[in-house]
Amino acid sequence: MKGTHLGEFEELVLLTIASLVNDAYSVAICDELGKHAKRSVKLGVVHAVLNRLEEKGLVKSELGEATATRGGKRKRFYFLTGAGKASLIRAKQLRDELWQKIPNLILKPR
Amino acid sequence: MKKKKIPQPPSWATKFLQWYCRPELLEDLQGDLNEFFERNVNTKGAFIARLIYIIDVFKFLRPYTVRKPSLHKPLIRKVMLANYIKTSGRVIMRSKLFSGINIVGLAISMSVGLLVIAFVSDLYSYDSELKNKDRIFRIATLDEHAGQPNMELASTSWKAGILIKQKVPGIEAMTILRREFRGDAKIGEATVPVTGLYANEDFFDVFSFPLLKGVATTALKEPHSLVLTETTAKKLFGSQDVMGKIVKFDTINYVVTGLMKDLPKLSHINFEMLVSLSSIDITKPEADGEYLSWTNIYSNYVYMLLSKNTDPRSVTAALGKMSNEENTSPKNRKILLSLQSIKRIAIGTPKANEIGPVMDSIAVIIMAALAFVIILSACFNYTNLSIARSLRRSREVGIRKVIGARRSQVIGQFIAESVIISLCALFFAFCIFLLLRVQFLSFDPEIEKIFSLDPSPKLILYFVLLAIVVGTIAGFLPALFYSKINAVQVLKDASSMKVFRHISLRKALIVIQYTLSLIFITATIIGYNQYKSFLRFDLGFTTQNVLNINMQGNKDDVFVKELSAIPAVKDISKSLIVSSVGSIYGGMMKYKDPMDSAMVDLNYIDDHYLPMHNYKFLAGRNFTPKPKDAPETEVVVNYEMIRRFNIGHNNPEKAIGEMVSIDNKKMMIIGVLKDFHYGTIENKIDPVAFKYSPEPYGYINVKVVSTNMPAVLTSIETIWKKIDKVHALDAKFYDDQIVKAYGQFSVMLKVIGFFAFLAICISSLGMFGMVIYTMEKRLKEISIRKVLGAGEGALVYLLSKGFLILLFIAALIALPLTWLFFDKLVLVKFAYHQPIQFGEVFIGLLIVAAIAFLMIGIQTLKIVRANPANVLKNE
Repeated sequence: MKGTHLGEFEELVLLTIASLVNDAYSVAICDELGKHAKRSVKLGVVHAVLNRLEEKGLVKSELGEATATRGGKRKRFYFLTGAGKASLIRAKQLRDELWQKIPNLILKPR
Repeated sequence: MKKKKIPQPPSWATKFLQWYCRPELLEDLQGDLNEFFERNVNTKGAFIARLIYIIDVFKFLRPYTVRKPSLHKPLIRKVMLANYIKTSGRVIMRSKLFSGINIVGLAISMSVGLLVIAFVSDLYSYDSELKNKDRIFRIATLDEHAGQPNMELASTSWKAGILIKQKVPGIEAMTILRREFRGDAKIGEATVPVTGLYANEDFFDVFSFPLLKGVATTALKEPHSLVLTETTAKKLFGSQDVMGKIVKFDTINYVVTGLMKDLPKLSHINFEMLVSLSSIDITKPEADGEYLSWTNIYSNYVYMLLSKNTDPRSVTAALGKMSNEENTSPKNRKILLSLQSIKRIAIGTPKANEIGPVMDSIAVIIMAALAFVIILSACFNYTNLSIARSLRRSREVGIRKVIGARRSQVIGQFIAESVIISLCALFFAFCIFLLLRVQFLSFDPEIEKIFSLDPSPKLILYFVLLAIVVGTIAGFLPALFYSKINAVQVLKDASSMKVFRHISLRKALIVIQYTLSLIFITATIIGYNQYKSFLRFDLGFTTQNVLNINMQGNKDDVFVKELSAIPAVKDISKSLIVSSVGSIYGGMMKYKDPMDSAMVDLNYIDDHYLPMHNYKFLAGRNFTPKPKDAPETEVVVNYEMIRRFNIGHNNPEKAIGEMVSIDNKKMMIIGVLKDFHYGTIENKIDPVAFKYSPEPYGYINVKVVSTNMPAVLTSIETIWKKIDKVHALDAKFYDDQIVKAYGQFSVMLKVIGFFAFLAICISSLGMFGMVIYTMEKRLKEISIRKVLGAGEGALVYLLSKGFLILLFIAALIALPLTWLFFDKLVLVKFAYHQPIQFGEVFIGLLIVAAIAFLMIGIQTLKIVRANPANVLKNE
């Protein structure tokens, strides 16, 4: 069913939105992801994902104030919705459970 | 201080983004792109930044960003459309003069457009009722005869039909037709003349004409079978059942084996009845040689229906191979067969021996092009006048824009207005079309046979489409012009607008219109003079008061005897054909050199013919009467004949007594005539030979001198009735026949003259409108000039000078062009023609200039005579 599954990149974008708190708009998300993930993130991709996340109801957005930069265009800020937070937590729980099942010695460097 | 230029992203890319992007996503996307752009400008430079911007714009073109193609706010659209119509109506009513000029101009020009559409639509609906139209082909023939120009024929040889059936694969059905079945049908006591086509039994397999009675596959199988059309059946038998009835032609009985529905009017084949091809006895000799000879290509037609998956090219290849095999026997002659789609028959290049009417596609294209030019010219007028009125209307547009009209809505409004005007014009154009249609059909009886021009629903749909297209074209430039108006500037100070920025464009348009008018009218005048000179042309013999009576196969002795009893009849002669009206009868002639043979024109005449028509003898004498069965031994030739064969070293006196052979018969030259015109004036004078026959069975030429021609004609008709009860008298005056021979030129002249009339109307209307609006604009200026003491004459001169210069420029372009066109292209086609007179080129200019003077003069005088106080008071 659409809306339950969270892709890898979608999860990263969601996390970034959460981490940027009140400053999460497309270009900032793009920069932040680029900084942390050490890979070049294309604006078009981020936009597409944001659009999809909004469709799934995991984030909501509103337009900010007009500024002198960006040719006078307003920024669109994104926030996590309840469903968004829940799906992040669920994803983390799933990982934690799986982590705990791994015996210690397997990950030890030889 | 110098402002540092900040690099901007390419505007077209931004526009493209704005165009495709959904409005709710647009602002954010644009902002992001701008932000990246600024960043890239700083790090990578302006050029790279722009490039990335463009690439990004295209990368954003994704399904979720693209605007859905929906009817954008349908309610608003509906409301706006109603508003467009309402305001357009008001504008039309408010400026009645402007609308009137436009509606009249468009209506006149569109009526021609309608005519051309009807015309072309008729041509394209030829044979449309046939099934499998795509697969029906006709065999066309190319005759390459050494020493003669190649001839393209619609007909082919009977043998070709038989060979194709045996050798060419991929043919579903094939039929052979033969033309010219003529005769007087005898049914009991009654005699009715009918004509028909011979056809073999496969006719109905190729052509899907429905049979009402009879069996399609066998109706034309047996010799002496007839298939009648409904009309013919009614003509012969009234309302009786026709099947199995006997019809007698000469001495042979024919049986009616089928009854078919009347052929559609728009069919390239037309006949009263079909006669089975097997009725012809092919063992008998025929006029052009043997029936089944490969070179007898003049009377037969082969039509075939290709199988569904046959490629016409493979058939063409097979035909080529077949032709090559057959062409080995006649040495200096090649006959090549090719396929011609039935769709290319009614409209295409006319060939010799066409079975039905053919319209030259070039003529159609020219007609359409002329109509297009005329319509475009009327559209120019609309554009011209609309922009000239901008002073008044720009304020209205300004207010619309302030209220919130988008550019597209302003465009919509102006296009709607022009389309409405164009639809109004369509109404009048349709009325004119109905009148023109009658006129056009009565131009020439041939035209009435070829075209119906019925206003069918399909045609009317085309008409409406034309009106909409015309409206859109006419309104396009004004719409663009007004939509660009800057609302603030217009409302602040309308006069500051550069209204007359387009003045040179508008002047150019007027020059083009006048050039066209001048070309048309000059062409008409030159053409008319040439046509008149054709009719007055000295043919080398007299035709005045000569009545040519077609004997239609009747014996002439009794008729001639009775005719000579009429006092008005001064002289009577006999001839096989009537020359100088386009008909030709030819034969092969040789002189001493057996290898040098040439086609010469022939005519059989009696001893009265030459003196009665005042032929001038250079040497020798006329024929003397001889009995009917005396052998042909004498011939009278023209001077060209002597020159061609170098008889007697071009000396007429020495040529007398020389022997020549015509169609392998030895003859002696007894007379040499001064050159005269046997053909029409388009052709050079060819060698002509007259042979003697006391009864040529063609025409009786009667010299009639009387003050009461109708009475003479009636008495001739009474005599005719005595010898032929079946056929009507076919008598025409020679002069009328000559007029008819050049009838196509008269039709052409009428058409061009009509176009000239239209072009002048439209350019005059255009000029009229321009003059009025220019005067209005300069009203104040003129009043001030007047107050300061300018005279009326000087003012009229001042005002009209500009327009007259335009006319002058148009004349400079048009007149030399027309002259060259006629001198170098048209008149060279006529072997004998008058040179173009210097005067006739200028008559057209005089007429056009007079009309223009009148219009400009009246308008300027009106303005100049106005009381300046009244004008200046109303500031």
